[in-house]
Amino acid sequence: MSHSIASTDFLKNEEHAKWHDETLWMIREKRDLASQKVPEWENLRTLASSIKEHVLSNLDHLLLEFEANATKNGIQVHWAKDAQEHNQFVLDILKKQSCAQVVKSKSILTEECHLNPFLEKNGIEVIDTDLGERIVQFLHQPPSHIVLPAIHLKKRDISELFHQKLQTEKGNEDPYYLTQAARNHLREKFLKAKVAITGVNFGIAETGEFVVCTNEGNADMGVHLADVHIACMGIEKLIPRRNDLGVFLRLLARSATGQAITNYTSHFRGPEKGKQIHLILVDNGRTEQLGREKFRNSLKCIRCGACMNTCPIYRRSGGFSYQSTVPGPIGSILSPGLDLKKYSSLPFASTLCGSCTDVCPVKINIHEQLYEWRQEITKANPNYAESLSMKLASGIFKSPLAYRISGFLMRKLIINLPDSLLYNPWNVWGKGRKLPKAPQESFRNWYLNHRKDEQ
Amino acid sequence: MAQTKPHVGLFIPCYVDQFYPQVGKATLEILEKLNCNVSYPLNQTCCGQPLANSGYERDTKDACQHFLSSFLQFDFIVSPSGSCVHHVKERYPKILHDPELQSLLDSKIFELTEFLHDILSLEIQGTFSHKVGYHASCHALRGLGLSKSSEVNTAPFDKVKSLFEKVEGLEWSQLQRSDECCGFGGTFSVKEEAISLSMGKDRLTDHHEAGTEILTATDMSCLMHLQAIEDKNQSSLPVMHLAEIINQIIS
Repeated sequence: MSHSIASTDFLKNEEHAKWHDETLWMIREKRDLASQKVPEWENLRTLASSIKEHVLSNLDHLLLEFEANATKNGIQVHWAKDAQEHNQFVLDILKKQSCAQVVKSKSILTEECHLNPFLEKNGIEVIDTDLGERIVQFLHQPPSHIVLPAIHLKKRDISELFHQKLQTEKGNEDPYYLTQAARNHLREKFLKAKVAITGVNFGIAETGEFVVCTNEGNADMGVHLADVHIACMGIEKLIPRRNDLGVFLRLLARSATGQAITNYTSHFRGPEKGKQIHLILVDNGRTEQLGREKFRNSLKCIRCGACMNTCPIYRRSGGFSYQSTVPGPIGSILSPGLDLKKYSSLPFASTLCGSCTDVCPVKINIHEQLYEWRQEITKANPNYAESLSMKLASGIFKSPLAYRISGFLMRKLIINLPDSLLYNPWNVWGKGRKLPKAPQESFRNWYLNHRKDEQ
Repeated sequence: MAQTKPHVGLFIPCYVDQFYPQVGKATLEILEKLNCNVSYPLNQTCCGQPLANSGYERDTKDACQHFLSSFLQFDFIVSPSGSCVHHVKERYPKILHDPELQSLLDSKIFELTEFLHDILSLEIQGTFSHKVGYHASCHALRGLGLSKSSEVNTAPFDKVKSLFEKVEGLEWSQLQRSDECCGFGGTFSVKEEAISLSMGKDRLTDHHEAGTEILTATDMSCLMHLQAIEDKNQSSLPVMHLAEIINQIIS
């Protein structure tokens, strides 16, 4: 399904679409306020972008340094070429621990790898412990936003869901009450779990440690109660030194939610006595993306979600309309690299307004990459009708005479054709809009009559 | 500038030529009033942006060459469209694999209000007693950098509004969302029709609530889309391109 069909569907519920737009805009406004409190904000963005530039240019050395230091700290490092290898590593570790139930804090990478369905197929129950993720998991839905997984749902929906799943009082929509119910439910799962899975926000090459940021403390709760910690990390999540971390931590939460910092910023350096930490480093198309000169910058992403909150299209179409793990503007430049055909409509789901680029804390030129993907997509999947009309237009634009004739015809048609023909069902423009009132003469004709003689 | 009249090539975007000749006239008259020597190259066509944004940049090389051969002889190239100027300025050097073209274009091609501000240092004198709603067109705002976008935390500036600082009676509408896109986006307006309409309606609501009497912008394309929605809904927010307003004030 193309993005435009999915978004048309989303907009059918006008009231919900308006609420979705306003809720995310509110988060964008919080981000604005938080970032304005940091006078050196723009310098931080530039610095973060440069650090990531350095990482991308030295990824091979830095990854080896990271592996060596992590191993020295007692972390067991695994290299996964793709999603399948990643999932198999996780399954093997779980099997070795005879673990049939695992708790997992938020990790977009494991969504990207479709880890949950894989583990479930292999008889393992996965409990997502981030509140939003648990909610969408109950509904058998993927997250619709990378930071706010259940942002497409309203309090009423969650109250209804919790009534069915957690036997909360019917109709009680009090957020505190509902959160408390989720806490009690999750607490029970935490206490039983022998293995906990987390994502990774930052891996630090210099120290071999990694950092996980959450607001709910669910990553820490899972990890500290379990014997085995499996951390899943995309290879681009690396930073060179611990000194660099502050730059990113100052940008991340402010960009994501407008908080100064996430409630929990946890550093994992090595396993406690008698416990294990497994770190899975996942490529899954990242090396290929690194090799694409026009698109490599997309790997600087720190997954703050600010581009989604600011995007007028995302806000009005919802995360599911993108049908990719990472939705929104950043998803629309990452996903075509994974499957060009499947995600071919995404780079066109943009007006190229550039707000995503201006909001991005690591200065990814997102809207320019959307434009570049369009060029790649029309080369790879030519739509013959469109391609022909473009060729025709290209001929018209280089020939002044052809251009004048076509412009003249267009204007005359609009003046003379009855509305019933102009606003027929095939005319998409005219469904919700009038055509411009065509003037009697073009500017060129006017100029010829009024100015040309003087020159 | 006072001594020698700059020779300005007037670049009138294709849709302005066909549908909004009054915007072309206003642009021409402003430049003439400000003592420029203005020529309108009669063989100009479209800059190629609609094709390029649709993913067919590679088919626009001839259009780019044609544009440059029509315009490079002038001291300046001026157009009442931030979007078309942005396309020529930011994309032509890349499309034509000619990086040296960049500095030439940087010094030559300007959106109308940018030219009035940067080159002619104009301070408009006069009266315009209306509450004006300024729609910040994305390619003028973020593309050409005519003002500070709301996302960026640098010192505020606005080249467009600063032109009007001395104008009496003019009040700018205070919008809830100062620079959200109108949803036109060229072929986006038909490819993603539902969102395009929704975005347009939201912009219009913002302007209606702010008490906008006249809606204006650097770009007629945004205004065309917004006016088309108004017309369909039989509302009647008057629309004027900035060139028409400026031309009216300085007449």
